[in-house]
Amino acid sequence: MQRPSTATSSTATYRPPQVPSVDEVAAKERASRLATRSIKTEAKVEGLKRLIAMLDLTTLEGADTPGKVRSLCQKARQPDPNRDSPSVGAVCVYPPLVSVAREEVAGTDIKVASVASYFPSGQAALDERVEEVERVRDAGADEIDVVMNRNAFLSGEYGRVHREISALAEASGDAHLKVILETGELETYDAVRLASRIAMDAGADFIKTSTGKVKPAATMPVTLVMLEAIRDYHLDTGQKVGMKPAGGIRKAKPALRYLVMVKETLGDAWLTPERFRIGASSLLNDLLLQIEKERTGRYYSKRYLSLG
Amino acid sequence: MANICRASRKDFRDAVVEAREAQEGWSSRSAFNRGQILYRMGEMLESRRQAFVDTLVEVAGYDREQAEAEVDVAIDRLVWYAGWTDKFAQVFGTVNPVASSHFDFSVPEPSGVVAAFCPGNAPLLGLVSCMAPVIAPGNAVILIVENEAPTIALDLAEVLDTSDLPGGVVNILTGHRTELREHVGGHRDVDAILSVGASTEERTVLEEEGAESVTRMEFRPDRSPADWRADDSQSPYWITPFVEFKTTWHPVGR
Repeated sequence: MQRPSTATSSTATYRPPQVPSVDEVAAKERASRLATRSIKTEAKVEGLKRLIAMLDLTTLEGADTPGKVRSLCQKARQPDPNRDSPSVGAVCVYPPLVSVAREEVAGTDIKVASVASYFPSGQAALDERVEEVERVRDAGADEIDVVMNRNAFLSGEYGRVHREISALAEASGDAHLKVILETGELETYDAVRLASRIAMDAGADFIKTSTGKVKPAATMPVTLVMLEAIRDYHLDTGQKVGMKPAGGIRKAKPALRYLVMVKETLGDAWLTPERFRIGASSLLNDLLLQIEKERTGRYYSKRYLSLG
Repeated sequence: MANICRASRKDFRDAVVEAREAQEGWSSRSAFNRGQILYRMGEMLESRRQAFVDTLVEVAGYDREQAEAEVDVAIDRLVWYAGWTDKFAQVFGTVNPVASSHFDFSVPEPSGVVAAFCPGNAPLLGLVSCMAPVIAPGNAVILIVENEAPTIALDLAEVLDTSDLPGGVVNILTGHRTELREHVGGHRDVDAILSVGASTEERTVLEEEGAESVTRMEFRPDRSPADWRADDSQSPYWITPFVEFKTTWHPVGR
């Protein structure tokens, strides 16, 4: 079932990979089974803290201003002003605000992520998209989230999808490249699986479910399909590609279920911010509420937390 | 007769989440509209008058005359508080004389999410008498019901459901007060607690647990069913424990 050669990066000879077909019913069943684990007390606190460190605190709105990004970075550095808690993994902003974010998180471990390649549609010529990635890289982004060209993918031009992502990967240089598949537009799990493989073949450091602009965004089954694609790619090539579900994860409980799924599919090696991230904005406050509840034994209120 | 849910800590937690979500929308409705909805509750209760009378007789052991009196007063009480929704702010709001050139006024605003331990007596009227003054100014409420005829609380939920009341404004939990009181008192997202007929221990637990987040507390003795029907069991002063007064200083020139 596996593709004969994966090491090739010669785009001219790239042939669409043969990926196993996905049993949709089984994927949903498996995902819902993994959502029934009960995680309590110390394990829960550990999971919640790890989720904070794995968070890409995101604001991708037309109304973003330097002021809003500064307050987002403030929250990223110190999520709960009253207590010690880990800082988040990264802040994710639009390209013009990268320099603001860079300045605000200087001297911390927090990464600056940005989006490029004509996010969220990806509907532009390749050279324009490459140029945008280069600009974002030069502005100082540590991580660049690019959208896959769904136009080409849905037209069946898999070679072109691969070529384009390779070009974007090259343009991103040292910055981590996260490829957004926008699974909400791909219709089937088979397509998700194929797109995951193409993106990984083309040099993605991370594969990411969604832009957050299309519904459905991240779901448990679709994330499972992508995690399995990552596992198979690792077995084939030894490469460890990261995973980022994004969009629609707002509460601590479903977020913990994602951790269970990662652990069960890929193992502990992926349970780090280097290989697993969650893209979210309102999730952080719910994580803090739950941590505080575990600490005091009493339910906590959002009124004690900053907006987010 | 029936199996009644025994609410747990987590049911209460879920109810607070629902109440918190609903409260903002409820309080931002016009006072007149809140009055319309309370009035509608009275109408819907009236349309089921006979069914409630029968249930009070069969389940709570009332005689028919008492049961009819309790349902009638419950209907009247909803209508009475419906009238107060757009009037209490005028009555309790003030314009304050100050020694500077400011126009200074205080207006009542809803406290937010209120948890109410309902009376053991008067299974219908006691519930209505606790609920109506709390939701009238725009609070959301979680009614905690422990009495001999808790099915009536569930029948009342059907009335609420058909009264255009937005979901989450009134949440009804049936269960044991002793199991819930600690979590109600300590929940930091609860703004105020009403406790009718609290034991000494319950009062101590609620006050101790609520101290850290300075939760407002209102304690009232339970009454006999006849006393719940009396006119002094309804008062605009039963609304005021669940509002916060906001004072505004507005500069004025001459």
